[in-house]
Amino acid sequence: MDHNHLISAKGLSRADIEAVLDRAGEVAADPGAAADRHEGSLLGLMFFEPSTRTKMSFAAAMKRLGGDIVDMGPVGSSSVKKGESLADTVRVVEGYADALVMRHPSEGSAKMASEFVDVPLINAGDGAGQHPTQTLLDLYTIRESAGLDDLTIGIMGDLKYGRTVHSLAYALTNFDTRQHFISPESLKLPRNVRYDLHEAGSGVKEHTELEGILPSLDVLYVTRIQRERFPDESEYRQVAGEYQIDTDTLADAREDLRVMHPLPRVDEIDHEIDKTDHARYFQQAHNGVPVRMALLDLMLD
Amino acid sequence: MGNDKQLRVSKIENGTVIDHITGGQALNVLAILGIDGTAGEVVSIGMNVPSERLGRKDVVKVEGRELSQSELDVLSLIAPEATINIIRDYDVVEKHVVHRPERVTGVLQCPNHNCISTEDEPVESKFAVTDDGVRCEYCDTIIREDLAAHILV
Repeated sequence: MDHNHLISAKGLSRADIEAVLDRAGEVAADPGAAADRHEGSLLGLMFFEPSTRTKMSFAAAMKRLGGDIVDMGPVGSSSVKKGESLADTVRVVEGYADALVMRHPSEGSAKMASEFVDVPLINAGDGAGQHPTQTLLDLYTIRESAGLDDLTIGIMGDLKYGRTVHSLAYALTNFDTRQHFISPESLKLPRNVRYDLHEAGSGVKEHTELEGILPSLDVLYVTRIQRERFPDESEYRQVAGEYQIDTDTLADAREDLRVMHPLPRVDEIDHEIDKTDHARYFQQAHNGVPVRMALLDLMLD
Repeated sequence: MGNDKQLRVSKIENGTVIDHITGGQALNVLAILGIDGTAGEVVSIGMNVPSERLGRKDVVKVEGRELSQSELDVLSLIAPEATINIIRDYDVVEKHVVHRPERVTGVLQCPNHNCISTEDEPVESKFAVTDDGVRCEYCDTIIREDLAAHILV
């Protein structure tokens, strides 16, 4: 990639995406070959919000490339607690590492941070904004199981605040895909994402229920609907309940439908689906390591 | 400004006249330009003056100050028909129209309360100007309606 930072899926061309996925395929096929690629390099981890998968898979990826990590640690025990600005924090931390990975609760935080640092900065989630590295591993998972062209995908759940959805929907406009968006009325895609999809020439087909379009899908991408998006518990239970799937729900689905989820899930995918061939979410999570190795390899070069 | 009967604000000797401002937007124009009278400059304002072109328009005259094109282009967001006359020695020496700039910095406040630009960080708000609105360059939020309500003061 010819650019320094990865802030948004909008910064990824089809060629960029394919370069990362191709490299990830090579890494996955022969992990040992990459084992000392970045010996002596340090990756700075700045997670201003809790993370398990993203943080651990970045750490694993860096170590499997022969490098190491320096971790800011939880916000509660850092200088942020003392009121330091994000701009100051990143300017200090860039001196400790060769690249930075950052997650922060505010939208636009990664973009702003990138204006203050010269080392590569990777957005690992900015509030309800973007999460482009999750998208890369999502695309890798889709490509290895269904292919990225002539694809029909349904994206379901919290489309308003779901940063993985915003990044994925945009990145998919680089490919020959038909996207369906399934959500409660109150959690539809935000205006800015809708605008970008239109600008990219992608039709936005929105539905309030999965039934009807399910049989046409190659991939169903499920996201979690969070309790805090609703004024009260009963409304949450009622709405979220309509977007949970189990093996009965999938009776109408194609036999080769792949079900994906960025995880963590709560109860939106019933555990009985785990044992079926539909389930791809654990494979998807495992793909985080080779994909992030490939990305770091390209960005650190 | 037509004949003396229609002249509501006197001519100025040197400075800038901003004419054909969308009716009711004169105070927002001054807010954007950072002109609030505290620097002692003489400012005259006509609001909702009858206009053949606009029906009702506002007019602002700022004495002793020649505003630059880049300062004035920002006004296109709330007063796209505005015309600018630079006055020297009672004569109009330059006439300009406003053009939509590519971006506006430090003028608007992002309406997304969770946007990093609204927090205590050493950055100014930045908006890209699109055909039918503006868009925060940090969080991507689009504003189409009532830009004046988002002016930073």
